[in-house]
Parts: sequence; structure tokens; C-alpha cells
Amino acid sequence: MAIKNRLTREQIAERAALELPDGAYVNLGWGIPNLIAGYVPKGVDIIFHSENGILGMGPRAKEGEEDFDIVDAMKAPVTVLPGAAFFSQVDAHMMTRGGHLDVSVLGGLQVSERGDLANWKVPGANSSGGIGGAMDIAVGSRHLIVTMEHVNKFGETKIVKICTYPLTALQCVKTIVTDLAVIDVLPEGLCLREVAPGVTPEEVQSMTEPKLILPRRIPDMPISSRRLAQNS
Amino acid sequence: MKNKIYPSADAAVADIKDGTSVMFGGFGGAGFPHELIRAVGRKGSRNLFAISNNCGTNDSELGVLFKNKQIHKVIAAFPGPQSIYFQQQVETGEVEFELVPQGILCERMRAAGAGISAFYSPVGVGTEVAYGKEERVVYGRRCILESALLADYAFIRAHRADPLGNLTYRKAARNFNPVMATAAKITVVEVQEIVPVGSLDPETIVTPSVFVDRIVEVGKSRGN
Repeated sequence: MAIKNRLTREQIAERAALELPDGAYVNLGWGIPNLIAGYVPKGVDIIFHSENGILGMGPRAKEGEEDFDIVDAMKAPVTVLPGAAFFSQVDAHMMTRGGHLDVSVLGGLQVSERGDLANWKVPGANSSGGIGGAMDIAVGSRHLIVTMEHVNKFGETKIVKICTYPLTALQCVKTIVTDLAVIDVLPEGLCLREVAPGVTPEEVQSMTEPKLILPRRIPDMPISSRRLAQNS
Repeated sequence: MKNKIYPSADAAVADIKDGTSVMFGGFGGAGFPHELIRAVGRKGSRNLFAISNNCGTNDSELGVLFKNKQIHKVIAAFPGPQSIYFQQQVETGEVEFELVPQGILCERMRAAGAGISAFYSPVGVGTEVAYGKEERVVYGRRCILESALLADYAFIRAHRADPLGNLTYRKAARNFNPVMATAAKITVVEVQEIVPVGSLDPETIVTPSVFVDRIVEVGKSRGN
């Protein structure tokens, strides 16, 4: 079953950006998480961490102004903001694994009902890719948000009772932001906090394997960027 | 004073035997010892055991050595989508591969450098990384035992060196380089520039000279 009114990747990022408190130290992973930096609301100051050894990372470098000794974890040339610091990989992962960052946002292939995350390998895929820093980040995160599409390209839900893909870490995810909903991982189960505008809680449930906890009031996800996903 | 300065990258790697274990610094295009990698390519040492965050980008970085089929075993955290020769050789079984989470990779090096044999860590618990590793609960948290990772050589890149081997790095090109310098029997560094003893501010030195054995000045070297 296809659901209309799914959000775009940019809109998922826009919504996830609202989860970042002012002054937070934040690590953003590959994919949708990487888009979040562009949607931080005015008046909210975030100090971005890059696992290769930067705190205070700024936007991508303009073409012609790149310094290839300043790259982010995706190898893209970036800038640094006043107050930035450079440090080694050891220190960078002391920050992730040691629980020093306030929020981390990772992409996901599957999230389970108790907050297990699988995000680094599709079963049967060839050896490309790899774990990178995801396991250290997931294990050490004080507050881990996963942003992802709710359903994979095969039409299967990515929010499952038990992860069947290779795991990244157990019981680490606190909040899931998808193209259909915002869902919190609570000790008693998955709780539907918000739905995408035009999407019903029943539709979200139909695309989610575990039974969702439905509070009395489930507001729309506040999205201001316009373009809704064009899908059938 | 012991002379640590070598006239060329080729001279600095001239004794790399077949079967040697080598750590290679660098992350995301920054801080790679490109000239040392190329020199090992020219020397042609085989059956190398490479320890590196990733496995090259096409014909650059470690791709040089995979293309030449000089590596038989590798430990990495993120081989990378462009590591084409590595991917091919893993599929054919020519290369043996161990995947290690990135933070654990550098922590295992740090342990080796610090004389710690092993440590318990919660990273990888319940995942395929934990296979074959001792698990125990420490302070109420499930952990697995990770061992120190020591190599025969570390090939690293720094910005400036003095002839003693004190090193400074440039921006995010620091990455794995300082910890690798501590975790190898012989650390070989390529630098943009060698400056006189006393000209580096002691407050800014990241790798103290005790960790460095060989220095080569290569200028502003980049990948292919």
C-alpha cells in the first residue's frame, strides 16, 4: 500500500532539526542526517562534531575555496566556525563513545521496537561500505535520533519487532523521524508522537510492524518547507 | 644526534619486507601518506598486512597497493565505496578482511601505544563484531574484550617536523596519524616541511619526537 503525502528527505531533515536543543554538541551521520545542518532554526546554536576530528564544523566550503585538510566524515570539504577545534581520531571517538555529545543523528535500515539499530549493511550486499564510526556513536550517544524513510525500496517497513539486518547497536535509539511520523522509543514500546501532514495514525500503523502506542492527541509534524514528495 | 631524516620516501621504506604489518594514516582524503604509499608500491613488498581506516579510492591512497596486489590482509573500519580493487580481491578471497568499528580501531592502537594489552568495551555487543570475543558485564554494562593492535610500521603524514621528529599537523589532517605513531615499532612520517630544531613551539607539538623514527620531506603531496 502506498501512502500519499510522504515527506521528502529534506523535510525529514527539517523536522529532525527541531529536536536539537540550543547549545547542543551534535554528530550527524551520512544521508538524511547530513541535511539537518541546513535546517537549524534561527536562534539555535549547534556545535557540530565530525568524527574525523572537528568540533565547530561549518557549512560545506564554496567551490574554489576548499581546503582539503578540512573535510567532514563524508570526505566533503567543509568550513569551520569561530571557536572550532581540531583533534585526533582518538579524541573524536572519546567524544562519541564516552557520552560527551548531546545528540547524534544516524540513518537507519531497521529500527526495532526496543530501539535496536541496524544501519550499516544490507544482508547479502557485497563488502562495500562498512561500519565507520556508527557503532561507537550509537553505543555512546546520550540521545540518538534515527532519520530514515519509513519503508524501504522493496516496500518493507523499516520499523520492526526484531532487526533482521546486521546490527549496529542494541537498545540505543531514542527517537525515529521518518517521512510519515515522529516515533519515540519508550520502555513500554513505540509511541507515535506526530504524523506527517495528511497522514493518519492508522496509515503509520499499517507501515509499522510493532503495535504503536497512540496518545490521545497526535499533532502534525511542523513542516514549513513546501515541496511534498511526489509519489503514487 | 641520531639522524632520522631520510633523503626520499623510497629510502624510508627500503627495508619493508614481505609479510610486514603497516598502519596507514589518513581519513577522507586528508592526512594520507601518499608518497610513502607510492614508494611501497615501487618497492613491491608483498603479503602486507594493512591497518587503515579505509581501503583506497580507485587508484589513490591504499588503492595503489591493492591494485598491485601487495596486500593480503587488512583491518579497516570503512573500506569505502570507491575501494574497487579491495572489493574485487575480497570477493575472490585474495584479501582477508577484518572489519573494526572506527573508534575501537583507534582505541586498540592507543592501547598498544600505551602498553595496555586489552580492554573491555560496549561497542559491538550483540553485533557480528562480537563474534569470538569474550563478553562480560562491567559495572552493569555488557562489554566485549578488545585487544591492543600493534604494527611493525606506521606510515603517517604530518605538516611539519623538526629533525628530532616532533610533529605538528594541519587542521583535520591529524585524524589517525598521532595514534598510529604510538602503536608501531617503527614510525615513518612524511611531512610538508622539515624546520630547524627549536622552531616548533613546544606548546603546539602534537606528536613528541620519541614516537618518530624516520622523517621524509615531500612538500605538498596530494592523491591522484
